Amino acid sequence: MRALVIDDSRVMRRIVAGILEDLGYETVQAGHGREGLDVLDGGWIPDLVCVDWNMPVMDGLQFVSVVRSNPAWRSMTIMMVTSESEHTQIVRALAAGAHEYVIKPFTADAIRDKLALLGLLPEEVAL
Amino acid sequence: MTLTATSFDWVRALVHKESAIVLQPGKEYLVEARLLPIARKLGIADVSAFVESVRSRPDAESTRRIVEALTTNETSWFRDGDPFTALTSTVVPAVLAARGPTERLQIWSAACSSGQEPYTIAMLLEDALPNAASRVAITATDLSREMVERTRAGRFSQLEVNRGLPAPMLVRHFTRAGSEWEVAPTLRRMVTASECNLAAPLPRMGPFDVVYLRNVLIYFDLPTKRSILSRVRTLMRPDGWLFLGAAETTLGVDDSWERVVIGRSSAYRPVKGA
Repeated sequence: MRALVIDDSRVMRRIVAGILEDLGYETVQAGHGREGLDVLDGGWIPDLVCVDWNMPVMDGLQFVSVVRSNPAWRSMTIMMVTSESEHTQIVRALAAGAHEYVIKPFTADAIRDKLALLGLLPEEVAL
Repeated sequence: MTLTATSFDWVRALVHKESAIVLQPGKEYLVEARLLPIARKLGIADVSAFVESVRSRPDAESTRRIVEALTTNETSWFRDGDPFTALTSTVVPAVLAARGPTERLQIWSAACSSGQEPYTIAMLLEDALPNAASRVAITATDLSREMVERTRAGRFSQLEVNRGLPAPMLVRHFTRAGSEWEVAPTLRRMVTASECNLAAPLPRMGPFDVVYLRNVLIYFDLPTKRSILSRVRTLMRPDGWLFLGAAETTLGVDDSWERVVIGRSSAYRPVKGA
């Protein structure tokens, strides 16, 4: 399984990517939404995208909207991983096309639980 | 100072007497980890000193807190999701078909911890059934008074809602309350929480159509498992459904249950005439 991790914080990218790699994911990292789109345009299509909200150049919500407007990328599951914790923000993210939402701070178990809900835990881990 | 053998043995005996839960040798780390926050709150630096102070002059409040700390378990929303899928796909339709239109569906979450299990059930049924609030009654019980109070309050921290609660359900069934999330009043009205020690005679409740008794039996010895299953059975409808934890079974414990496979989950039903 492949995951694209988009966050302007290098530390946070490493944390999220580390959790996913421990679960068996191959990961690629990007520092903002535009960089994330460049990865997709380059033909590296992940099963999962973990994307922050507040980032320079292109924020996470814009990224979600662009991805959802392209039918070729419809199979990707998008999970926002952000410190935005208001009810209305979560509603906006889901309406834009995010499948799941994890609020920072989080634990590795929280990511794992969400992946289980999404059916995206690699099988050897799910067992 | 680490936990002394005398302190550990006293805690083991206390927990077994009050809850019938068996703390195996080697669980010293668990006792230390769970009791240290209580000791520190009282200004006592280490667990052995705290245990010794309670042992030399036992009082009901301290012993209750020790038992609660060692019998409360981590929980998450939709924990091991299959028994919840089975509830809406198979169990609820079967129960509703067998009952009159005005009969209430009675569900028991028998070790509800801080409330994630009963509210998971409430959310699923609220989404699946018209007028769920008037058709479903969920009884949530736990050994711990603190957990019962938390279930009644229906408030959860940010870290707790991150643990397995689907975001669409979070926004549909919860509102922000300061730094916490509060479950909707309609769901709270479906859930009644009370203290209940499964290892002691059970209060008058039910009869239940569905019982969730998950990740509880693993803590007990065989005779206690047997007596818990027997008591639970007396509170169930003859055509009721029992869900146990993934690592638990009635097989080899109590023959008066029939195992039914539902998708990737199993439920247990009372054997007729047993």
